[in-house]
This record gives sequence, C-alpha cells and structure tokens, in this order.
Amino acid sequence: MVDNVRTLEDAISAHVRDGDEVALEGFTHLIPFAAAHEIIRQGRRDLTLVRMTPDIIYDQMIGAGCAKKLIFSWGGNPGVGSLHRMRDAVQDAWPRPLQLEEHSHAGMATRWQAGASGLPFGTLRGYVGTSLPDHTDTIAAIECPFTGEKLTAVPALNPDVGIIHAQQADRDGNVMLWGITGVQKECVLASRRSIVTVEEIVDAFTPHVNAVILPAWVIDSVVVCPGGAHPSYAHDYSSRDNDFYAAWDPIARDRDTFNSWMQEHVMS
Amino acid sequence: MTQLLDPTLDHTSDEIMTVEASRALSNGTVCFVGIGLPSTAANLARRLHAPDCVLVYESGCIGAKPTVLPNSIGDGVLAEHADVLVSVPEMFSYWLQAGRIDVGFLGAAQIDRYANLNTTVIGDYDDPTVRLPGAGGAPEIAASCGEVIITLRHSKRTFVEHLDFITSVGHAEGGDHRQRLGLRGRGPTAVITDLGVLRPDPTTKELTLVSTHPGVDVDQVRDATGWDLRVADDVSVTATPTRSELDVLRALKSV
Repeated sequence: MVDNVRTLEDAISAHVRDGDEVALEGFTHLIPFAAAHEIIRQGRRDLTLVRMTPDIIYDQMIGAGCAKKLIFSWGGNPGVGSLHRMRDAVQDAWPRPLQLEEHSHAGMATRWQAGASGLPFGTLRGYVGTSLPDHTDTIAAIECPFTGEKLTAVPALNPDVGIIHAQQADRDGNVMLWGITGVQKECVLASRRSIVTVEEIVDAFTPHVNAVILPAWVIDSVVVCPGGAHPSYAHDYSSRDNDFYAAWDPIARDRDTFNSWMQEHVMS
Repeated sequence: MTQLLDPTLDHTSDEIMTVEASRALSNGTVCFVGIGLPSTAANLARRLHAPDCVLVYESGCIGAKPTVLPNSIGDGVLAEHADVLVSVPEMFSYWLQAGRIDVGFLGAAQIDRYANLNTTVIGDYDDPTVRLPGAGGAPEIAASCGEVIITLRHSKRTFVEHLDFITSVGHAEGGDHRQRLGLRGRGPTAVITDLGVLRPDPTTKELTLVSTHPGVDVDQVRDATGWDLRVADDVSVTATPTRSELDVLRALKSV
C-alpha cells in the first residue's frame, strides 16, 4: 500500500520552502499546473524557478511574485507569442525584479542529464559563436582530454524540489507516464525532493509504448490530481487546451486583468 | 498537369513564402521542424512532393505525421502518429548533436548579412527594449543540422546591419569563419522571405538576393533591407504557387 500519497496542500507545504530552487517540468505535455497553483496559494517567495520552457505555468508564478530568478531556455507562449508576465518582470521589474539564467534547450537537457547522473557537469557541442556565454556564467569552454576538440561544459541541475505530472501511479506508489516524456525522468532523479501529481491510481500498469516508469523509492510524494496538467494535457486522458493558451495572451498582457484572473481561478 | 495560376497573383506574400519553403524540402529529407511557418511548410511538402520526408519535432517526436497542423511542438497529434518518441535529452544528443538531421528550419526576429540570427532580445540585454522568448533549440539546430533554411518577413526591422544578440550562428563573420568555429553543419543555405529568396555567396557567405517573388522588384527588397544588399547578376522570379500548392496549403490552414 502506498504510504507516500498525500494531499496536494500537504505535499507542497512539506517540500517547497521560501528561497528553494524548484523545477516544475513537462515539455508542453504533462505540465504540473495544479501544483504551481498550490505553491502560489501558499505564498512561497524568493524561488529560483527552473524549467526549459517557462510556459504559462511560470508566467503565472512570476506574475504572482513567487520568483526571484528563472533558469530557462525558451520563454514564449507556444504557438501564440510572448509570456507577458515574464516580459513585464524582465523589462519593468513587476511585481519584482527577475534575474535570468539563460541557456539553449540542448544545454538545459545536458544539465538535467548531468544532474540525474550525479555528475558535476555535462558536455555538449553548443553555444560556440553565440552571445549566450557573454551573459550566462554557467557556460564554459572545455577541451576533450582525448581528442583536443573544443566543447562546452554546463553545470548539473540539482534543484531542491522537482515536481512533475504523470498519468498513473500504482498502489505501491510507482509512477508511469507516456507520450511526450520530455525531461521528467531527469527532473525527478536530479532533484533532492520530488513530488508527482497523477491523473489516477491504478491496481496495475498496462504497458504503453515509450512509457517511463519511476519507482516509488525515488519519489517523495504522490498526489492524486485529475486534470492537474490543464491547460497542458495528459496523453490518453485529455487534449492540450490550445484555446486557453490563446486566451491567456490578453489576460496576461495587463497587470489588472492578470490579477483578477488569478484571484478568481487560483486564489479562491 | 498542375495548372498555373493567372499572374494577377491569387496568393498572399505569406503563402508564397510558405510554398517556397516547402519546395526546399526534397523527398526523404530528415527535417527538424519548429512551430509556425516551418511546420506548415514541412507538412505541405509531405502532402505534395515529399511524402517520405521525416518530420522531427524537438519535443521528441521523430517521423511525426500530424493529421492537422499542431499548435505547439508538443501537441498530442504529433506523438500519436510518430515513428518513435524519445526524451528531450535523447533528441538533442543522439539525434541532433550526432548529425542525424539533414535540414533545420529557423525563423528569427533579426538577421544580419551573414545569416546570424537573434531571437533573444531587442536592445540592451540587461535593460531590454523588447525581451523575446530566447534560444530554445535554435543554436544547436543552426550548428548541427546538415543545412539550415531560414524563413522570416522582410523589413528594415528584421534585416539589420548589426544584431543586438547572436542567438544562433549562421556564417558568423563570413568566409570560412563558421568552419573555424568548429560548427559541423553547412549552415544557412537559403533565406526565404515574403519578398524573395537570398542565398549566401559561395566564398564570402554574404547573403545575396537570387530571386524575387512575382510582383516584387529588386528595389523593394533593397528598401526593406537594413544594409547595402548584394544582388545576383541575374535575379530570377520565384515560380508562382500552383493551384495544387495553394489548395493543399489552404486546406491545411483551414482546420
């Protein structure tokens, strides 16, 4: 029987503290929105937020004042345009200044792999000739000790807390996700503490092509949270709410409409 | 036989840009596809002359065959019909970095004469005029794909003398600079805009106007370029989109 299943409120309050480095991952698919909303409701502050694509989930957390720093690689509203709350924080320090640590997708993926592997850094062919190393101090040139080839090193990501959403957990607390699996396995393995929200708990897993299974003993808390990825989606449970992503643009463009949307849909 | 359109231009400038981008993909090509115009162009090619094109989306979908145009790079429709789904670290390391992708499609907010691209910031990095989404997959797509095709609308705001930020390297400072940096792919081979097509000079790598779209003259392209544009000796006219190209494109966009 699972002894790590908690309520969302309990899980967030047990694991997420002010000043933590927190990653809520999910590449377009399986983005843990419900967990983010709980962090916002609990009023966490000074978080360093880590995510390849900040997406609407971090636009909301940044606009709500949870973040002091963002580590990321692509900060747009996918298929729509800009993230206006993120842009307002960067350009006009509203509601507070936001420090950026900016990478490419390949660099972030490498950092996640290094973190999951327990290595201090990862290597890739990347960033050469771009302006990114001038502004991001977590990018360094390195030479291959065997061939002399010039490569790039990026440090491991090891957040205090990693949070993901998955389709299923079984009664022992093992977790299975499938479809586009992104960097979720790396996020859980690299983080010091981890929370997984799931669509449902099942008696036994049915095999899926491309499934990622995370054993119970690498997860700190499992939370049953059907629909917890909306407006992102859970493959075989829901579809991406593309209309919401488009509707977010005018909501987030203005500070007042953003605040009233958050009051109505997240805070109450 | 494909019927050609009447030259009174039954297409928009965005449509000819998309059609011309789709023509750049030959059958069997393995193509790294971003959302927006690149995805539309690649799916158009797959429905017309390149049915065996392998579409790769950075979310981990290899051999995607979407029945409708996806709204994001991670829509379920991309995963459902893909040959294989891989994790994001695997996508960027085993597939892109290892050199398994023939063509990468990129857009940008700014481009310079050597086809270097900016998608990060307009103005000063620490005090930006406009903060843009940033790098995403672009720097390594630009570095590691066999070749890169760039699509963007032509204007003095986008075609600039000096980039505010180099997000992705095209031909760097020209000549063999790209090779000297150690970048493995050949770099940009075409820039397709709503006014015409530019290609890098074989030696200097400076972008050169090689064709204008029907109804566009060379001076119009010069006026929309923020540097003294190099123009080929004999500029051709881009082939007008055929009836079937336009029909399939419009059907794709209508869903």
